Amino acid sequence: MAPKSSSHTSSPVASLWNSYMENTSGRLKLIDAFLAFFILSGVLQFLYCVLVTDFPFNAFLAGFASTVGQFVLTAALRSQVNPENRGAFKDISPERAFADFALGSIVLHFFVYNFLG
Amino acid sequence: MPLAYPLPTDLSPATVTNTASLLRIVAFVLISGAAIFSRLFAVINFESIIHEFDPWFNYRATRILASKGFYEFWNWFDPTAWYPLGRVVGGTVYPGLMATSGVIYNFLHALNLPVDIRNVCVLLAPGFSALTAWATYMFTKELKDESAGLLAAAFIGIVPGYISRSVAGSYDNEAIAIFLLMITFFFWIKALKLGSVLFGTLAAVFYFYMVAAWGGYAFITNMIPLHALALILMGRFTSRLYAAYSSWYAIGTLASMQVPFVGFQPVRTSEHMAALAVFGLLQIVAFAQLVRAHVSSKHFQDLLFYAVVLAGLVGFAAFVGLTFKGWIAPWTGRFYSLWDTGYAKKYIPIIASVSEHQPTAWPSFFMDLQFLIFIFPAGVFMCFRVLRDEHVFVIIYALVASYFAGVMVRLMLTLTPVVCVASAIAFSTLLDTYIDPVEPELPEDTESVATAPPAATHSGAASRKSKKDKSAPTPVTALDDLVAATKSSNSATKGIFGLDTRITVIVNAIGMLCFFVVHCTWVTSHAYSSPSVVLASTNRDGSQHIIDDFREAYYWLRQNTPEDAVVMSWWDYGYQIAGMADRTTLVDNNTWNNTHIATVGKAMSSTEEVAYPILRKHDVDYVLIIFGGLIGYSGDDINKFLWMVRIAQGVWPDEIQEPNYFTPQGEYRVDERASETMKNSLMYKMSYYRFHEMFGPNPVFDRVRQQQLPKVGPTLDYLDEAFSSENWIVRIYQVKKEDLLGRDLKTANAFAQGKKHKRSKPTSRRRALIV
Repeated sequence: MAPKSSSHTSSPVASLWNSYMENTSGRLKLIDAFLAFFILSGVLQFLYCVLVTDFPFNAFLAGFASTVGQFVLTAALRSQVNPENRGAFKDISPERAFADFALGSIVLHFFVYNFLG
Repeated sequence: MPLAYPLPTDLSPATVTNTASLLRIVAFVLISGAAIFSRLFAVINFESIIHEFDPWFNYRATRILASKGFYEFWNWFDPTAWYPLGRVVGGTVYPGLMATSGVIYNFLHALNLPVDIRNVCVLLAPGFSALTAWATYMFTKELKDESAGLLAAAFIGIVPGYISRSVAGSYDNEAIAIFLLMITFFFWIKALKLGSVLFGTLAAVFYFYMVAAWGGYAFITNMIPLHALALILMGRFTSRLYAAYSSWYAIGTLASMQVPFVGFQPVRTSEHMAALAVFGLLQIVAFAQLVRAHVSSKHFQDLLFYAVVLAGLVGFAAFVGLTFKGWIAPWTGRFYSLWDTGYAKKYIPIIASVSEHQPTAWPSFFMDLQFLIFIFPAGVFMCFRVLRDEHVFVIIYALVASYFAGVMVRLMLTLTPVVCVASAIAFSTLLDTYIDPVEPELPEDTESVATAPPAATHSGAASRKSKKDKSAPTPVTALDDLVAATKSSNSATKGIFGLDTRITVIVNAIGMLCFFVVHCTWVTSHAYSSPSVVLASTNRDGSQHIIDDFREAYYWLRQNTPEDAVVMSWWDYGYQIAGMADRTTLVDNNTWNNTHIATVGKAMSSTEEVAYPILRKHDVDYVLIIFGGLIGYSGDDINKFLWMVRIAQGVWPDEIQEPNYFTPQGEYRVDERASETMKNSLMYKMSYYRFHEMFGPNPVFDRVRQQQLPKVGPTLDYLDEAFSSENWIVRIYQVKKEDLLGRDLKTANAFAQGKKHKRSKPTSRRRALIV
């Protein structure tokens, strides 16, 4: 399952990066970019909370939880549509995975907007 | 292939499936009927009223919701509870139960079925018990098959451990909570099996409903992470676990914070930190898995392994550090007393004073669960034998719930579902084995005797092979099994021979089931179906005598006192006074302010002179006590008196001391040998005031304490007897106003009775101190 092409490079991080760039399909890369954006957004919100204020604590929690929640939902979608995980998700087609993702996101954001106050 | 009994051979699979589903539907109707009707003893024997104490508050809140609408209820400030303080109900209540009844009420009215809200409240628990049976069926079906599911549903439909909290009229949070518990667990198992975000979201939504309904949601918050953690440690991490847990946690935690009573607790308190920690750990493990898919170096994998372990340790250390620094609140007393069982008794007497918080005795396990309790371990053992991911869940649930049920009586309720599930698995395995008509083939004796070692290996291989054959098609129901048995020709070397052995075992098993039904019905009708509001006793001729003193007194209060009168009583009766008498109370069953309760305890346990200023400062008009000495009602205030003393002592240790209420020998007595502090306490005086007059020349006898009281009863100077119910169970005293002439009330009373006025001290100095 693990594709390898990269034992000749020196640094493990570089080998990881190369292997990732070579062996990941465009769709998954798109999802990964999305995930990176969530991490960035979450880190910024957290820094603001720590450095400036956490005053409307519910607003911070709502914003932070929406990024975290959306991150994990997207990560779950990524693992479900990843062809390498076909064995783990026998009953979930990629289309079904996307519908689940959409439903989970809607429910999540319903609670987020309710909690923003 | 030999069969123990003939099977019809010309059935099409469709016929079998249709018959099976028809039978299932019929079974469900019957199980629901049994679950609902076995809970109606109290309604049929007595009347359709709310029982116990807590449900009276839920009922009062539901009435507000039904009459004034949801927003009024959400923002309800109740000025009549905790009298000088008031209570913000919307922020201190789990609103799920009231909202559910409100929805049902409005739905029925929309259908032009004008049902009274009281009847909706009374019958909510039986209705939800049928849903619990269905949820348990779905849950058990995921573990074994439909037949085990039906057995589990039948068990939980009538098992006394659950009925005790869900009879008609018991309008408490547990009524809907057990259904929500089972349905949440079902969706969690389903999500874990499929790796589906949809079921994870559904689990989160029902988790939200559970959080809104019952404080016991902390159990789910810790069970699911514990399960996930166990799976990770067993090396069973899959992307399915990641998808299920992450979606449940991310949505469920945010959702649980919408309930005002919970607020920011999920990110601030220790009870919720396990879920957060496992969530973090899962992210790390998932990332590590992703990286491992791309890099194959053995060295790198080792590094990753250490990185995961290190990250887990660092997270744990951070959590401990945050707890010690005070950013995360430590465990609350109620929760902590589950671990340190001596904690509550030492530090928080108000928790220890509740009878439900005592450890469970063995007989109550057998009484509540009958034969389920001894096939329950067998069921857990069978889960070990199969051990798919969901069986790990049942094993953990069984262990944790058994421990908690052993520590605290009321947590028997959370044990009951898993007992039903595990017992159903064990029982249906037994039935599967003994109903299965396939006979094992006779082993070739001669051959095995002649060449022992090769034959042994051969038969071992054969049996393994046949096992594989049997498990390969995975028979879904017993009926599928039958069909498979008629068609396939797999051979079994292990099995049951003959019809007689089958019949012996099955008749025994069915006998156990029948006795279970008889036992459940008996326990339900005798032990768990008595409303504590009315007391029933049996006359000598077998007819029933109803003692209705509580309602008599509460309605007296309702009709004969001013509407803004303040009633002081011990906290047990706060909700009932508010619900039935509709008067303002000082303390009630929601014991959020310990000092306020201790104030009441101090007033009850000190002398009249000390208690009177306390009563006046709190604007108390009436004092209500429960006294069972005349008819032998043991749950009265004299028997609870020591808890009042202890709780008051916790706040005023130098004014109230428990040893003062005992005789020099250390006995708790109410007769002549009682200590002076005891005899002068307000509670003693109020309980036995004019009690001796009931007996005339006969000895005065307390039928609860079985002690003979002095001939001359206590006198009261600061209170007037306002009402005593028919059997003297409820006694209500009116607090006198200050004397018009400025004397203290004791002097005024002595003067009115024509006693000699003592001139030793000027009267003005002895005025009661009023600040």
